[in-house]
Amino acid sequence: MSEMTEIIVDTTRRIFEDLGDPQTIINAKDDSWRAPLWAALDDGGLTRAWADEAAGGAGLSVSDTFEIIRVAGAHAVAVPLVPHLLAVWLCSRAGMALPEGVMTVAAPTGDALPTLAADGTLKGLIGPVAHVDQAGHLAVMAATADGPVAVLVAVDAAMSDPGSDQAGDGLAMVRLDGVTPVASASVDVTAEDVQALGAAMAAMAVAGAFEGALKMCVAYSQDRVAFGRPIAKFQAVQHLLARLAEETAAVVAAAASAAFALETAARPMDAFVDIATAKIRAGEAASEGGLIAHQVHGAIGFTADHPLHRYVQRMWSWRDQFGREAVWAEQLGRHFAAQGGDAFWKTITAA
Amino acid sequence: MSQAIQFDPIRLPDAAEDLRSEVRAFLADNAEHLDRPSRRGFDHEFARKVAAKGWIGLTWPKEYGGQERSFLERYVITEEFLVARAPSQVYFTADRQSGPVILKYGDEELKRQVLPRIIAGECTFAIGMSEPDSGSDLFAAKAKAERTNEGWRLNGTKVWTTAAHEADYMIGLFRTSPATKENRRHGLTQFLVDMKKPGIQTRPILWPNGDHDFNEVVFEDVDLPANHLLGEEDNAWMQATAELAYERSGPERFLETIAVLIELVNLVGPTPDSRAAEGLGRLVAQLFTLRRMSISVAGMLAAGKEPVLEASIVKDLGTVWMQKLPDICRDLGALIDRDLAARQRFEAALTSNMLIAPKLTIQGGTTEILRGIIARGLGLR
Ligand SMILES: Cc1cc2nc3c(=O)[nH]c(=O)nc-3n(C[C@H](O)[C@H](O)[C@H](O)COP(=O)(O)OP(=O)(O)OC[C@H]3O[C@@H](n4cnc5c(N)ncnc54)[C@H](O)[C@@H]3O)c2cc1C
Repeated sequence: MSEMTEIIVDTTRRIFEDLGDPQTIINAKDDSWRAPLWAALDDGGLTRAWADEAAGGAGLSVSDTFEIIRVAGAHAVAVPLVPHLLAVWLCSRAGMALPEGVMTVAAPTGDALPTLAADGTLKGLIGPVAHVDQAGHLAVMAATADGPVAVLVAVDAAMSDPGSDQAGDGLAMVRLDGVTPVASASVDVTAEDVQALGAAMAAMAVAGAFEGALKMCVAYSQDRVAFGRPIAKFQAVQHLLARLAEETAAVVAAAASAAFALETAARPMDAFVDIATAKIRAGEAASEGGLIAHQVHGAIGFTADHPLHRYVQRMWSWRDQFGREAVWAEQLGRHFAAQGGDAFWKTITAA
Repeated sequence: MSQAIQFDPIRLPDAAEDLRSEVRAFLADNAEHLDRPSRRGFDHEFARKVAAKGWIGLTWPKEYGGQERSFLERYVITEEFLVARAPSQVYFTADRQSGPVILKYGDEELKRQVLPRIIAGECTFAIGMSEPDSGSDLFAAKAKAERTNEGWRLNGTKVWTTAAHEADYMIGLFRTSPATKENRRHGLTQFLVDMKKPGIQTRPILWPNGDHDFNEVVFEDVDLPANHLLGEEDNAWMQATAELAYERSGPERFLETIAVLIELVNLVGPTPDSRAAEGLGRLVAQLFTLRRMSISVAGMLAAGKEPVLEASIVKDLGTVWMQKLPDICRDLGALIDRDLAARQRFEAALTSNMLIAPKLTIQGGTTEILRGIIARGLGLR
């Protein structure tokens, strides 16, 4: 890790420890923690991490921005940092000025893309969009007669029907019919690129949540005494935690590899194999990982007052965003099938 | 946690990718040696051809005939050979494990005597650790080495010894002192054993599919010269750690059943239905992640680190995955009804790989033992 990266990671960690610790948030019982946390992330430049310095950003690399996401994940971040950063990326890529405040993003592809008509109004139902309740603006790709463009919409101007995801955050379908975007611009990426970058970011967030959950589980197992000894001394518990550590390692490795591939990719879809892999691997890991984390904690972990559920619910909600495992797996499978068995290994080593 | 788990994303350097093209050309030129029914067989002619390319002992010092090239280049040769099912049994263990042990712990005379022969593709090694009453619990080993005027005398029995019937040498673990109260790992010593010595009897033990891979090896008053002791007397347990990281994290820990996956791709064809495509995609994601992790560990080894915890994670994830792989392919391939020739090749690969699957999580340290090592790395024991 470079010195620069270490400073960024440390800064991020400190902000979350001071203002965004899951137990503190649970104890607060209201939303009073939210504004100070976002303000601190904003002041630290983390909310505009990878925007160009000229555009008011911090000019960080993809890898460094992904490290921020990893640390945020390791604290079960409860503010919309991940969708916001993706919106920042899309605005920057399209040369649109960054609005004040929190943004979120939607990543529809293909026929699901909203359309931007010649009269400057949008049409389409998109979603589900995470954190619409927190965000002032929403960034999304839209189809026009001349090809896809990036648009920025004021959330107030659109109709949404609020629901929530597994982590209790606002998740809603958003109707854009008749809405005039606050900005629109042509951009050199496709809707698939936006979805792919979102998938890689979600995988990294899951990786962070795994690291946070593993740390909690290890600490708890050394603390909790049953039958006269710490439960960490039971081989069955040791093997559960070893499995959790393995899945953590796999998700971290896959997500870090996707970040690495993105660093040199002209467009996110150039890193398709790494990204699809990371999203699938993260999603699969979360199935078993979340359950192991709960199993090790017994009943105490299955309470609203204990912070464990925040990690597990985050893993389970992030893995649902930007395409579930099955969606990416079908694409990845088709990609390899199209090359044929003789080229299978060459395709693996070429990525 | 006593130790952070580290898997930095690294990519193979250009030199390694250049070598890959050369390796693929070599394999194409030697197609008649590949994928024989006796997989990974003892093909001495092939071993000599590989040696002629300088690909055995690639990373070893030039003074013993090595090339001093990087561990990551060796990685490429290993993975390409595995996927092509090249018969590397003659030199595989010597190249991966035994040579490096001799380099580290052997005296000058042994190095000059043995290493050039390995590099020439003329020297097969066996590993003598397990015994009838000592498997996972290596420190229960009873086969003993006693001092004589000239050196050492061996007595006892080793078992499950892969390649012993073809081996020129064994690196074996023998008891030189009883274990102590304070340290039950004390008292074992590594020796280089010339398998052509009188007093050694090797008997085949067949796998359930009839293959002859491992053996029972009985030692009766086998005399060794003094300099065949490797490292420190009674302290073999301290020498094993670094070796294990090499042994556990290589591509052989997730590629052994890859043939079924390749035949599945052929079977499903270029435009599979959703079920097959999705299932295939999930397998690719697992494989691709394992390869990234394994290369990450190779990078740490190349940088002189000892990533024992990470290597154990790769081995456990890799072996459990490749063990399940034939079964998953069996299921994904079941509903495909297209190319009869592809079906036949698939079924043949499926059968042979289903039959070897059980051993994959036993050899080289069982699943349970690996998870114990990982738990120790987490600070739980
Ligand atoms: C194909 C093959 C090739 C081999 N080649 C070689 C070779 O070349 N040289 C060599 O020396 N050996 C070789 N082996 C032997 C191999 O190293 C041993 O089989 C392995 O270490 C396990 O020992 P065991 O078979 O005695 O099983 P055991 O140790 O008896 O284990 C039986 C079961 O008990 C479990 N168990 C044991 N101890 C514990 C514990 N503390 N906690 C939880 N569970 C436990 C094991 O995980 C396993 O499931 C080979 C084995 C195979 C299958």
